[in-house]
Amino acid sequence: MGRQVLLAIMLSSAVAVDAAAADAAHGKELYESRCGGCHSLDANRIGPAHRGVYGRKAGTAPNFSYSAAVRSSGIVWGEKTLDAWLTNPQALIPGQRMNFRVSAMEDRADIIAYLRQQSGR
Amino acid sequence: MSRITERHRRDFLRASGAAVLSASAVALLAGCEKMAAAQTGSAAGDVGILNTALGLEHEAISAYQVGATSGLLQKPVLDVAVQFQSHHKAHRDALIATIRKLGGTPVAAKSDAEVARALNAAALKTQTDVLRLAQRLEKGAANAYVGVIPSFGDKALAQVSARLATDEAMHWIVLSQALKDPLPASALSFGA
Repeated sequence: MGRQVLLAIMLSSAVAVDAAAADAAHGKELYESRCGGCHSLDANRIGPAHRGVYGRKAGTAPNFSYSAAVRSSGIVWGEKTLDAWLTNPQALIPGQRMNFRVSAMEDRADIIAYLRQQSGR
Repeated sequence: MSRITERHRRDFLRASGAAVLSASAVALLAGCEKMAAAQTGSAAGDVGILNTALGLEHEAISAYQVGATSGLLQKPVLDVAVQFQSHHKAHRDALIATIRKLGGTPVAAKSDAEVARALNAAALKTQTDVLRLAQRLEKGAANAYVGVIPSFGDKALAQVSARLATDEAMHWIVLSQALKDPLPASALSFGA
């Protein structure tokens, strides 16, 4: 993991919302309205399937064609890495293809709580 | 969408201007070409964003195709679906032209059958089911276009993203009215 990635995670975690306070039910609504244009839980679409993403190594969802940047990032998706990713994907993994940002930290926390729940974590 | 009236359809025809959008979007994007060339790094990033958007438009075109050929849509709903699909085709054409102008390679479309599987189209049994799927995808698309705006290096492309978002939002509004959904209770219901 490069220095840039570590910096992005540190900056993100410095303002991260308490995960315990996150609302997975609200996260489901947000996921469907914000992420649902490109993602589904169980199907690869414009982006990869998300069930099981929490705790998974980046770039390893089966049968999805990732950018080389994501495949080689070495990142494992968890609270801090997902928060950094949703804050600014390009800052976390330069050369990625998502580029979608969620600006409100509470919304990011709720989406992450939902993804964690759907990953059985 | 049996409540989609002729007045709505006339409004679509006035407001949509698919050909106008396509031509003006391409013209606007062509204007960005020199700016993008001057900032190579961000141009590469912008091409990546545009290609993701293109993937989204490819999927929308297929989704409307699946809906239109499902046998579940009756006129005038069917006509509206075809009209909305034409908007997505105009978006696709503008994006492809721009990606090529910026030196990128446009992503290919998946087959309609692949998209149907990914969207679980086999579960669609009624016209309302089709409209709910379209409504969900249109809202997701509008939010996707809003959510990538801060990532563009070229502000003119960010503006185009906003224009695309408003087209998708317009589709969502019409579909929501057809489904007799209530208006959003709060302001700023789109975007992140």
